[in-house]
Amino acid sequence: MAELIQILVSGLAAGSIYALAAVGFTLLWQASQTINFAQGEFVMLPAFFVLIGMTVLGLPMWTSILLALVLSLLILGVAFKRLIVEPMLPHGTLPLVIATIALGLLLKESVKEFYGATAQPFPAIFPQTVYNVAGASVSVQDICNLVVSMLAIGGLQLFLNRTRTGRCMQASAQNPAVAEILGVNVKRMVLYTFLINAALATIASVLISPIYLAKFSNGETLGLVAFIAAIVGGFNQIRGALVGGLLIGVIDNLSAVYISAQYRSAMPLLLLIAIILLRPQGLLGTPEGRTV
Amino acid sequence: MTRYQPILIALGIAALLFAPIGQGNYIIYTLCSWLLFSIAAMGLNLTLGYAGQVSLAQAGFMGIGAYITALMTLNGIHWSVAALISILSSFAVGLLLGYPALRVQHHFLAFVTLAFNTLLFLVLRNEEEITGGSFGLVGMERPTFFGISTDSNLAFYYFSLVCFLLAAAAMWWILRSPWGRAFKALRENPIRAESLGLKIRRQTLLAFAIGSAFGGLAGALQTPLVQFIEPSSFALIHSLKLLLMVVVGGSGFFFGPMLGAAVVILLPEMLRFTEGYYLIIYSALVIVLMVYSPNGLIGLGQKLAEKIKPRQEARRDLKEGVQL
Repeated sequence: MAELIQILVSGLAAGSIYALAAVGFTLLWQASQTINFAQGEFVMLPAFFVLIGMTVLGLPMWTSILLALVLSLLILGVAFKRLIVEPMLPHGTLPLVIATIALGLLLKESVKEFYGATAQPFPAIFPQTVYNVAGASVSVQDICNLVVSMLAIGGLQLFLNRTRTGRCMQASAQNPAVAEILGVNVKRMVLYTFLINAALATIASVLISPIYLAKFSNGETLGLVAFIAAIVGGFNQIRGALVGGLLIGVIDNLSAVYISAQYRSAMPLLLLIAIILLRPQGLLGTPEGRTV
Repeated sequence: MTRYQPILIALGIAALLFAPIGQGNYIIYTLCSWLLFSIAAMGLNLTLGYAGQVSLAQAGFMGIGAYITALMTLNGIHWSVAALISILSSFAVGLLLGYPALRVQHHFLAFVTLAFNTLLFLVLRNEEEITGGSFGLVGMERPTFFGISTDSNLAFYYFSLVCFLLAAAAMWWILRSPWGRAFKALRENPIRAESLGLKIRRQTLLAFAIGSAFGGLAGALQTPLVQFIEPSSFALIHSLKLLLMVVVGGSGFFFGPMLGAAVVILLPEMLRFTEGYYLIIYSALVIVLMVYSPNGLIGLGQKLAEKIKPRQEARRDLKEGVQL
């Protein structure tokens, strides 16, 4: 029982970080039909911005995190949208998929070449004390990670549902043509989506790097997990991505302990295939009409 | 244009025949891997460029072919039988994967194949008794046909070339048959194609399965070429590489995948002097190419050709009309 609690807590903590990446992924898909294969690298990169701020520029940690946020907003938000997504949108999804694959490779190799190929230790933001709760050891870091990501996603949900800008963003995602007619600046709303995605990636990066260390290849697994979480939860719902992320985190940890460490990464994939077979719109998703 | 085509193709084949003569082993090896990746990319082009489905498991199908061929030839079965079984198994797995995935919206095949490729990698790595785990399988011999051994690199090149030409001819025939023309109809205007009685789902499924079978053949060739196979040669990243080949060359064009395979395999060799930077330069080039010409290099060529010598255009307004 104690072991189970321990697994659940660390699973939820990891899962909430996956959810951050998955939510960004679904937002991009809704706003611009971009399947971002570089999402994992988007989460990998901000950690290195923080490291550059701290080691190269000698800034304190929080200033470096702020710097990383600004850089991510500019590069992963504005530049990604203006230079890559916008000119390619009229050509359909496929060239864009290829471009994001190439972008992921570009980011990964650049970090490897210009910063280093080895895993870099990353400063912990939260105390790493471990408390004993009913026989289970629960780390403060895990709880804090869970709380921070939940607050971020909750805040985003409130912003999208309760503010005028948020509702305009939803309208542009659901039906850009009608939104445009009603006077919504659709292009600006799409840009906001890209900025939110960059911000979520930065939060995820800062939370996950103290655990996994900052490494150029972190994006490979993270991207796949975000991708699976988004589909399992439901590609067209933020709640879905949240549930998907948490579920994958828990399943991942459970199967590592109770099933087989070798096939640990197979469980989320099997879940993905089962979901596609049985409930293609995802656990919380609503079916989209076929185009043909 | 069509009048010159047979001459151009004959010249191309002649160039392929003379290409390896007098070259070192390394260049012949690179040419062989270009041939076999072209076969796999051609199959993917059928799925992607003609049926409009993204498959992220082409390397996985190569893996199925490579492992089946390796296990069978290690047990003394002739390569040609093993290759046939490889092709048929890839085809069958393609049907099994595609059937449920194509039931629903269009981008689901991409997700299912992505999961499949990753699962296959895990199985190949973990089932050590059969696949040798991460140490892989070694000691597969190159086949002998009617007493002629393909042991030397030059002989193996000509053997791969024969397979490549057969595969290309099969693809040419598929695309020319009424059935292949149905694909073009699907790609150009699915609603009209369906209203004329085409079964969209069955057509797409068959395209994906045949495309996968080409992957199986490429894998069957890779086993005797490299004579060492291990799971990471068939990981997801290689499926993405194959996808890059098709799109960089020009998806939906017959010669697109061959051009793309040449670029993806040869460009790293040419950029080798840049050392660690070559992947950076390469991926940046791909992004720029996609932004300027989503139809790949062949599309870029056509664009340039049209700038120099504009094609006659009877009615531009018709273009909008067919999209309805």
